[in-house]
Amino acid sequence: MIRLEHLTKRFGGFTAVDDIELHVPRGKVFGFLGPNGAGKTTTLRMIAGILRPTAGRIWLGGDDLIERPMAAKHRLGFIPDRPFMYEKLTGSEFLRFVAGLYGQDGTAVEKRIDELLDLFELTVWKDKLIEAYSHGMRQKLIISSALVHRPELIVVDEPMVGLDPRGTRLLKSIFRHFVDRGGTVLMSTHTLEVAEAMCDGIAIIQAGKIVAHGTMRELRQQTKSGNASLEELFLKLTGGSTERELAAILEN
Amino acid sequence: MSTLANVMRPKWLTMLARVRQERARGGRGKMLVLGFVGLAFWLAVFGVLYRVLSYFRGVEEIGPLLAGKLLGLTMLSFLAILLLSNIITALSSYFLAKDLDLLVSSPVDWLHIYLAKLGETMLHSSWMVALMAVPILTAYGVIYDGGWLFAPYAIVVLAPTLIIPATIGSAITLILVNVFPARRTRDLLSVITIAAAGILVLLFRIIRPEQLARPEGFRNLLDFITVLRTPTSPLLPSEWATNGIMGYLVGPFDGLSLIMLWTTCAAFLVLGAALHYRLYPAGFTKAQEGADRFVRGWIWRVLLTPVARLLSVTKRELIIKDIKLFFRDTTQWSQLILLAVLVVIYLFNIKALPLFSGERVPFFFVTLISFLNLGLAGFVLASIAARFIFPAISLEGRQMWLLRSSPLDLRALMWAKYWMGTIPLLILALLITVLTNVLLKTTMFMMVVSVGTIIVLTLAIGAMALGFGALYPQFETENAAQIPTSFGGLVFMMTTIALLALVIVIEAIPVYGYLQATFSGQPVEINAVMIGAFALVLLICALATAIPLWVGLRRMEAFEF
Repeated sequence: MIRLEHLTKRFGGFTAVDDIELHVPRGKVFGFLGPNGAGKTTTLRMIAGILRPTAGRIWLGGDDLIERPMAAKHRLGFIPDRPFMYEKLTGSEFLRFVAGLYGQDGTAVEKRIDELLDLFELTVWKDKLIEAYSHGMRQKLIISSALVHRPELIVVDEPMVGLDPRGTRLLKSIFRHFVDRGGTVLMSTHTLEVAEAMCDGIAIIQAGKIVAHGTMRELRQQTKSGNASLEELFLKLTGGSTERELAAILEN
Repeated sequence: MSTLANVMRPKWLTMLARVRQERARGGRGKMLVLGFVGLAFWLAVFGVLYRVLSYFRGVEEIGPLLAGKLLGLTMLSFLAILLLSNIITALSSYFLAKDLDLLVSSPVDWLHIYLAKLGETMLHSSWMVALMAVPILTAYGVIYDGGWLFAPYAIVVLAPTLIIPATIGSAITLILVNVFPARRTRDLLSVITIAAAGILVLLFRIIRPEQLARPEGFRNLLDFITVLRTPTSPLLPSEWATNGIMGYLVGPFDGLSLIMLWTTCAAFLVLGAALHYRLYPAGFTKAQEGADRFVRGWIWRVLLTPVARLLSVTKRELIIKDIKLFFRDTTQWSQLILLAVLVVIYLFNIKALPLFSGERVPFFFVTLISFLNLGLAGFVLASIAARFIFPAISLEGRQMWLLRSSPLDLRALMWAKYWMGTIPLLILALLITVLTNVLLKTTMFMMVVSVGTIIVLTLAIGAMALGFGALYPQFETENAAQIPTSFGGLVFMMTTIALLALVIVIEAIPVYGYLQATFSGQPVEINAVMIGAFALVLLICALATAIPLWVGLRRMEAFEF
């Protein structure tokens, strides 16, 4: 569903994403992990069409994002890490606007908006301005906006931030149902337990390069880590601080 | 390092970083243009005042009184502007700023927060007045031989004049926030301030101050001098500042005014701090409350759907969204009050022209004024476009992730923004032009020329505002009112003025031909020169419409977030 070929992004002299190759198959939840500043958000924003790659190609369901951006973007729902929205629109107006961006309107859209608001327990807030929403409510609204036009693919940057435990559980279940019906999810997250429990495949990026990718089993084989958890694998691959080092920092 | 300096340090460092970034981006040319425009403005203010004061100085007895009166009025208007602007700014710096959570949760002394935020409020709301005061006070210093010591003396007088309104403004805001939620207070204040400013300007114009200058209004010189000697407002700091400055320049030296200024300043600082100590914690807590608002969006939908039905879904939603955002944001729609005032004053000025006092209708002047009025109307329209159309792209900045990740054709966005801004501008342009021409009783020829020209000019001005707005976006700014005052806004205004000048110069040829023919009683001949001139104007305006839109679109396609 998603294919990245030699994808590179440079900001001046700094290479944020360095010649990466990745294939995310249809009907899978795929985790995109990496330490802070590794290039996760840059990659996801390139896939969403917000950043233009310096080199390489992005294929979304057979459409080249550079050559056929409209067709490629029609397949996509994007959930950013920072939920900036039009503060002076209400929740339902925002969803109607997003549907309009995909050329959709009418009673089908109205029905879909009501369903989504109900699903995320936002119905009582639907006529209130977004400026009055809490962080978690904004996150729920953005997730709804990514679903309102019935995409084939969801690209999501840190989906769990700001969600309460009920919201987190709901989101996991939505993603699972979404892929069961043939959808695809590519998500970046720092919550490794969530990634381990949810993802059918994982890619780990560090300093702009993909250092490992595959299923949990394949990752363990690649790193010869026996039965290690994803957290242990992640720290091993990305060179995280040992507990002793952390204790020393906190004591000093 | 003291805590107060530490609290203020991030702002200082941010400012330095911004200067460095600007320099790295090759902002030297930008600084040069800004410096040049600033200097030209300063020189203009200085020049006008220098001439006026030179004239006053030559008048026996009442010369210094007139100069003092002028300074008093200037200081009084400064005080009013400062008070209003401090009230608004204090709301952001004390209650809505993003650094407050960190400051309030840190073990920072309340007095340091008060002083740091007071300094910030004062700086943000007073810099323009302080800059404006430089050429004014320099002119006074030069004309009345103030000498080099006048400069530090003026600072000693001006400093408390800036601090006092800052303390009062902050205190008023503090009290208001304790009564209303902060976000409601902001809405309320912006409407009140703009309405107050509008009414003041309107009243000032409608009383026709030019008539007061007529000497026959006073019975004798003694009456006149008595009026001049009467202090306008003896209990206001502006009067003390005026007395302090005029006392230094023309004598006798007025030490009492200086003492009044500084003691009042100190007293207000202490009172302000005490009030802050008592009310700030409660006010800050109240400011965290959201301004809960239920909105019935269906009214817009009902009003707009019949018109918008003709458009594609995407364009319709873009337009409905923009209209809703505009009318729900008080800082945006309240500017319409000023706009209405501007139009009324504009038409009033035309009506007040002493053209029809004589028996014979001065045909030549009427035609000339109605023609030059085109340029003036164009300038007014450009200022309105700078305020309402220029920020349109910048205001999408934070939501650009949504627009770029969706299959939205940026041409549709550009199209929606262009017509959303240009249609109201066009209605206004036609209103101003037709009404002024009716008031001036111009001929049909001039009516057709002005209406035709203003239509093509408005289409070009709207496109240029949008194009320059995309070329010089201000994505970090949340306040739409600040965007037109950026460098890009300045470039837009300068380019528009150049376009207006070009159009007027070209059209002067056929209008002159028409005038000549009518004056000598001959029939007006539509010749090749006339047609050529109007065709050239049409071509220039068409290019000034198409090129900025095309360049703006290319620029938007290259945006990265």
